[in-house]
Amino acid sequence: MSAAVTFELDVLDDLLAALSERGHTLIGPTVRQGAVVYGEIGSAADLPRGVTDEQEPGRYRLGADGGAALFAHNVGPSSWKSHLFPPSLRLWSSRRDGQGELRVEEEPLDERRLAFIGVRACDLQAILVQDRTFLDGAHRDRDYEARRRGCFIVAVNCERSASTCFCVSMGTGPRAEAGFDVALTEIVDAGGHRFLAEPGSERGADLLGALSTRPADGADERAAEAATERAAAGQDRALDTDGIKELLYANLEHPRWDEVADRCLSCGNCTQVCPTCFCTTVDDVTDLTGSEAEHVRRWDSCFSLEHSYIHGGSVRASVRSRYRQWMTHKLATWIDQFGTSGCVGCGRCITWCPVGIDITEEAAAIRATDLREGLEHADA
Amino acid sequence: MTPRPRLAVWKLASCDGCQLSLLDLEDEILTLAGEVELAYFLEASSDAREGPYDLSIVEGSITTAADAERIRRVRAASRRLVTIGACATAGGIQALRNFADVEDFMSVVYASPEYVSTLATSTPVSEHVKVDYELHGCPIDRRQLLEVISAFLNERRPAIPSHSVCMECKRRGNVCVMVAHGTACLGPVTHAGCGALCPSYDRGCYGCFGPMEDPQPDSLSRWMGAHGAGELDLVRAYRTYNAGAPAFREESIAHER
Ligand code: SF4
Ligand code: SF4
Ligand code: SF4
Ligand code: SF4
Repeated sequence: MSAAVTFELDVLDDLLAALSERGHTLIGPTVRQGAVVYGEIGSAADLPRGVTDEQEPGRYRLGADGGAALFAHNVGPSSWKSHLFPPSLRLWSSRRDGQGELRVEEEPLDERRLAFIGVRACDLQAILVQDRTFLDGAHRDRDYEARRRGCFIVAVNCERSASTCFCVSMGTGPRAEAGFDVALTEIVDAGGHRFLAEPGSERGADLLGALSTRPADGADERAAEAATERAAAGQDRALDTDGIKELLYANLEHPRWDEVADRCLSCGNCTQVCPTCFCTTVDDVTDLTGSEAEHVRRWDSCFSLEHSYIHGGSVRASVRSRYRQWMTHKLATWIDQFGTSGCVGCGRCITWCPVGIDITEEAAAIRATDLREGLEHADA
Repeated sequence: MTPRPRLAVWKLASCDGCQLSLLDLEDEILTLAGEVELAYFLEASSDAREGPYDLSIVEGSITTAADAERIRRVRAASRRLVTIGACATAGGIQALRNFADVEDFMSVVYASPEYVSTLATSTPVSEHVKVDYELHGCPIDRRQLLEVISAFLNERRPAIPSHSVCMECKRRGNVCVMVAHGTACLGPVTHAGCGALCPSYDRGCYGCFGPMEDPQPDSLSRWMGAHGAGELDLVRAYRTYNAGAPAFREESIAHER
């Protein structure tokens, strides 16, 4: 693969145009309803120029101190999963014709080829985590597969962290290491407004080759490195993952679960914003005459009672058991299930929890009063 | 041909808005009329036929002794009984009387209160007779009403989730007004069904669909209280169309003193 190149700000539009010409629909960050969300964009003019975001548990506000930068924000409420794994999707429909014959039609695949512009390191890892869920093993999700196959990924390295980010401790960011076609670092300094671009795939190298670029020089590389170092150094939230699986398995009856259940609304927001959560349910609906039916999949959440409903009732009837299910799945059982953590440290669940519940704080509280230590003391 | 199921639509203390959504089903009303016999639906036809009925749809709350008696007769004549709207499922806005003295209200509002015959409380139909299904909302969502009727006709469970409004808010791709704008929102404790209508227009949820399946309003109130809501704001937030629903009633009372 070829080495890093540098291009000027105005070439970004050429990059976007080249992707459009290759048949990609562009999805990128844009401001809507007071937040940076991922939506369809036409050109660099749609990107959130100068926009920053101030995030805390349960609070998000846009700022304007990003200067000329287009990617001075971090991650917002939407994630790329909405485009690879849509919130609601009809899987099949059926119809009974005049003779009473039943015809079932599978939903046609989404043949659009998407290009994601501005995927952060944490979200890149989240896509790789969802790949394991939907593509590994015997049961592949054909819809996800079709969307994913056509998808071109332009990553952007973070040059700052939101207060809710904790990718450094999860080993996922703030620098994109793998899983992209092109990775960009935005540099705005005395040397001008430019992007350092690294190809991550053949089609990425091919795209960069078609643009007006120059080989990255030492100054560009130092500036890019300093930018991601700044992002990492500015991160004070962290999750200690050392032995986290064993820690949580040993603390399923920890009193902290009652404490968090007293605050948790069981609203499900954390699961909906999480870029790795994958739970769905299906609704079967018919028309009035009973001659047409649809089988529709929609995002569900382990915070809904229906999610654990079996004959006779819900298995996880208390908020305590639902929060515990969510957090232990993210941080522990996911490792047994998929060989990776289900949390990439993006911080969305912290910011977008309406009452500011913080997964890093909950994990730390359990670690600080690990029930196993109590037992050891008792043994001694 | 097997006889069509007989449908009846009843009105108790209510504004008519919910049963109106049946007439609002412009694209489906003719199909519906073909699938069922509209045996009793005074808003659509004065041809009121005798029971028994296969499906009774009931709008409105019980506020008079006469209605308490009438709903028993309706129940006895109905194979299935579905209540629709905040009045029928929670007592409606008129359940505000449950928090005060109805005699006081009457003496202020009516010149001759002795002509008014009313109960001291407004209560949901389920407090009087067995209800087979409750469809929430003020007003109900007509798509959901269609879903309930389709489910009844096809003998299946209605596909109507009882989780929070937040879930549909996020599925719709809204930016959360609580987190991003600091606007108070009852979405986390409110039953889904409206498609997160208010947050889609940058307003907080007013709780029209009543409490969700396992609401935790005490935690939401603590958060809103810490972010500027006063006790009276909290009382008012929970005391609207679903003031009589147990979870909202208890939460509003908790902030009254
Ligand atoms: S978690 Fe890391 S990679 Fe993700 S937005 Fe924050 S700094 Fe960037
Ligand atoms: S659990 Fe929270 S921090 Fe971790 S990936 Fe999900 S939303 Fe991001
Ligand atoms: S942790 Fe927060 S976002 Fe998640 S269900 Fe509980 S209250 Fe809702
Ligand atoms: S706007 Fe309201 S309904 Fe929507 S996610 Fe936020 S709290 Fe929930």
